[in-house]
Amino acid sequence: MTQAILREIIDYANRANPYPLYEELRKTPVSHDGDGPYVVSTYYEIQSLLHDPRISSDAKNLKATGDDPLGQGQGEEEGATLPPSFLKLDPPDHDRLRRMTNRPFGPPHAPHRVHDMREELGGLVSGLIDGIATTGNLDRVDLVDQFAYPFPVSVICRLLGVPHEDEPRFHVWAETLAASLDPDPDADPAQQGKGAMDARMELGMYLAGLIEERRKNPGDDMLSQLATADGPDGSMTTMEVLSTSALLLIAGHETTVNLITNGMLTLLRHPDVLQRLREDPALSVPIVEELLRYEPPVQLLPQRSTLTEIEVAGVTIPKGASLWLILASGNRDPKRFENPDRFDPDRKDIQHLGLGSGIHSCFGAPLARLEAQLALSELARRLENPRLLEDPPPYRQNAVLRGPRHLTISCDGVRP
Amino acid sequence: MSGDGSLEHLKREGRIVVVGASLAGLRAAETMREKGFTGSLTMIGDEPYEPYDRPPLSKQVLLGKATADRTALPRRRDIDAKWRLGVPASGLDMAARRVRLADGDEVEYDRLLIATGVRARPWPNEAEGALDGVFVLRTRDDGARLERALAAGPRRVLVIGAGFTGSEIASACRERDLPVTVAERGAAPLVGALGGVIGEVAAQMHQEHGVDLRTGVMVTGLEGDPSGRVRAAHLSDGATVEADVVVVSLGAQRNTEWLAGSGLGAGPRGIACDAGCRAFNIWGIVTDDIYVAGDVARSPHALFGYQFLSLEHWGNAVAQAETAAHNMLSEGMDRRPHVWIPAFWSSQFGVNIKSVGVPPMGTEIQVTQGSLAERRFAAVYGYQGRMIAAVTFDNCRWLPFYEHQIETTAPFPPPFSTVDRRPEGHKPMPADFPDPSVPTHGPTITLSGYSPADRTMTFTPARH
Ligand SMILES: Cc1cc2nc3c(=O)[nH]c(=O)nc-3n(C[C@H](O)[C@H](O)[C@H](O)COP(=O)(O)OP(=O)(O)OC[C@H]3O[C@@H](n4cnc5c(N)ncnc54)[C@H](O)[C@@H]3O)c2cc1C
Repeated sequence: MTQAILREIIDYANRANPYPLYEELRKTPVSHDGDGPYVVSTYYEIQSLLHDPRISSDAKNLKATGDDPLGQGQGEEEGATLPPSFLKLDPPDHDRLRRMTNRPFGPPHAPHRVHDMREELGGLVSGLIDGIATTGNLDRVDLVDQFAYPFPVSVICRLLGVPHEDEPRFHVWAETLAASLDPDPDADPAQQGKGAMDARMELGMYLAGLIEERRKNPGDDMLSQLATADGPDGSMTTMEVLSTSALLLIAGHETTVNLITNGMLTLLRHPDVLQRLREDPALSVPIVEELLRYEPPVQLLPQRSTLTEIEVAGVTIPKGASLWLILASGNRDPKRFENPDRFDPDRKDIQHLGLGSGIHSCFGAPLARLEAQLALSELARRLENPRLLEDPPPYRQNAVLRGPRHLTISCDGVRP
Repeated sequence: MSGDGSLEHLKREGRIVVVGASLAGLRAAETMREKGFTGSLTMIGDEPYEPYDRPPLSKQVLLGKATADRTALPRRRDIDAKWRLGVPASGLDMAARRVRLADGDEVEYDRLLIATGVRARPWPNEAEGALDGVFVLRTRDDGARLERALAAGPRRVLVIGAGFTGSEIASACRERDLPVTVAERGAAPLVGALGGVIGEVAAQMHQEHGVDLRTGVMVTGLEGDPSGRVRAAHLSDGATVEADVVVVSLGAQRNTEWLAGSGLGAGPRGIACDAGCRAFNIWGIVTDDIYVAGDVARSPHALFGYQFLSLEHWGNAVAQAETAAHNMLSEGMDRRPHVWIPAFWSSQFGVNIKSVGVPPMGTEIQVTQGSLAERRFAAVYGYQGRMIAAVTFDNCRWLPFYEHQIETTAPFPPPFSTVDRRPEGHKPMPADFPDPSVPTHGPTITLSGYSPADRTMTFTPARH
């Protein structure tokens, strides 16, 4: 049996504004009925479960998958042929793979990687905004297709070291895979599934070829470093490199698209903040933090399970149960944040759940933050008098990775 | 007292004096200003520097990655204080509410906060301790001096005492590729703070990083050359270690001597106070105008059987200072207890170590996640059937969970399974703390019953 409230969360009719639903949900911090998942919606409970070693991210620990209403949209990031990425593993495997992936990406071994991409990212942002200017039709600009979508894919290509001339092919695969995460109710699911499978196969083969090549001629891109890693943790198998890069590809850009799009939408709805950002690009830092709280690109984590019977907020959850942690709801919990429904970039105390917490906290966070900061401040600076043409905009189907499918605006011009 | 406006008066134009201008003193001062205290605030410190941070001294500073004069504590806000730096407080007149300074000055107070912390325990033989090349590490000056000595490339460094600070110093030496010997009276490094099971892991870390670790031995004497430079140390097992730098890392002594004869309940184990940070006088009666915070304080903790805890923890200094400041400007029911769960971190040999709770209270230990051999794990300590502490090596993201378990007096052994439970973690084992009456190095936590006038206590480091 599917819980009524879950049905509502998934119901596309609530996509544009799920927050009243979450408010309702918070009245019962842990809600459950029938054999569906246990849904946790309040800040402190979610926060503590994210640090709870009795909770697993490995689907093998689910007793019965139950009636997972999001089932078809989940787990699509990897193909049946790829081993699970570290997102879906527990320690020690999770720790080992994440550590190895982090070596070429962040501190302590690569403290400059993200910082050093700043200029390159700035160049990509300028190029895309120039593109908006030259297409001419400023009466109708889709910020998703023309900006928020292509930007993160290019970034991932650069990061992984996908050769420039292959980027267009990469874009097509990425888009097909992303579309499969975003089931179109009107499309033929079989057809769509097959398209995604083909894309994944092709992408996998392409990456495998690239890995082989990088093993012979390593560069300083991440793929080379993952493929040739030989540190204290040994090296990754080819399959592990594949599943890790597929994870970086999908998780790394699906979320950023939404962060940027939700961000622009929010700013267009708060013109005073948009104006402040235009005058002071440094404000993009607190704005992005507040956005991660106010409109998190990952709304909920639907794939945790209990290793043992546990008690949460007075509810006994049995062993092997499926847990859904509604991050977006916790982020608006009035017990944690004053005036939670207010978008307030001046908020001081903002330890949101937007990027998760604990060992699975967002791996790409530093990059995602930087991308969003650069994107929003440049859009604010260069678009003259931007106006939303449709509010709310059409949303994508996906309730987990929630964001507008299109964000159509018009503007008076594009500043140089 | 309440209702007559005296609290309002205190807040508006009272005189608050803070003795000990370091971490606890500064955070308390900031908190008082934040809470609207607009009266006069005097900060008395015997060091000539404005408040700085100590943890980097045994880490980044010794590695040459930061200089000792660059560890000033970030300010949360302007505190608009009269600073009396470079002059120790030398006495306290409780009746007249006056602090005496070593330069003869006196400062009157309506409320006094004592945050004089601890100092490094010196080498017990004064002449040997005065040899050139013998160091302790507590202050910024100590840090700068020791760093210079390490940078000069000594042939061998000897660290006496393998507590947290001693181990961090050894780790820094190895990172700088300096030969180092560590002598520890206990059976393993960190054994006083974390017990023998974890001590064994720490010992392996030392050895794998090329530290010449000698445990179960005492340094019986230091020997200098004719020019007064240290050249060797003699060990109780008959061995001699030739070293041109010796770091004495035998723990700390509380800075309470200046209170002798004042009538305050202050002694070698610190200044006893109630859970609200109000100091006791020697009769065990709480004062209402004298507060204590930080390393020098000894306060009862409800969660740990109301035992008096002395903690040498950075986080404790901050939290206790905030509570003391709050209570200094509150009365009656508005006062809060200091119920901070002890928490500590260290970083050595590339490993991040964290603990919560009071490990030395534990009699048993169980590795709930990861593995000791991989030096990546979480382990919990048990005391009379409940979880009393936890420690993680490179696994700190799980610590909030264990902290919550400790706060809620969860049972031990833990009745649940966890991710990353290995076969070795299925059963508890003895935590293996040394007999507390046998000194190892200075502990970072001590527990005691209440006895404010226990001034006859003696401590004999590295001696029989
Ligand atoms: C090398 C080192 C590394 C450390 N690393 C860690 C770590 O990794 N993690 C952790 O949790 N903790 C660590 N600590 C402990 C932490 O620094 C202390 O817990 C903290 O400094 C306590 O602050 P405090 O203000 O109570 O005392 P202190 O910092 O000791 O300050 C007390 C001040 O009062 C002054 N004073 C003393 N007597 C008088 C007097 N009569 N008149 C005027 N002034 C006086 C002292 O000179 C001193 O400046 C470390 C400490 C050291 C020394």
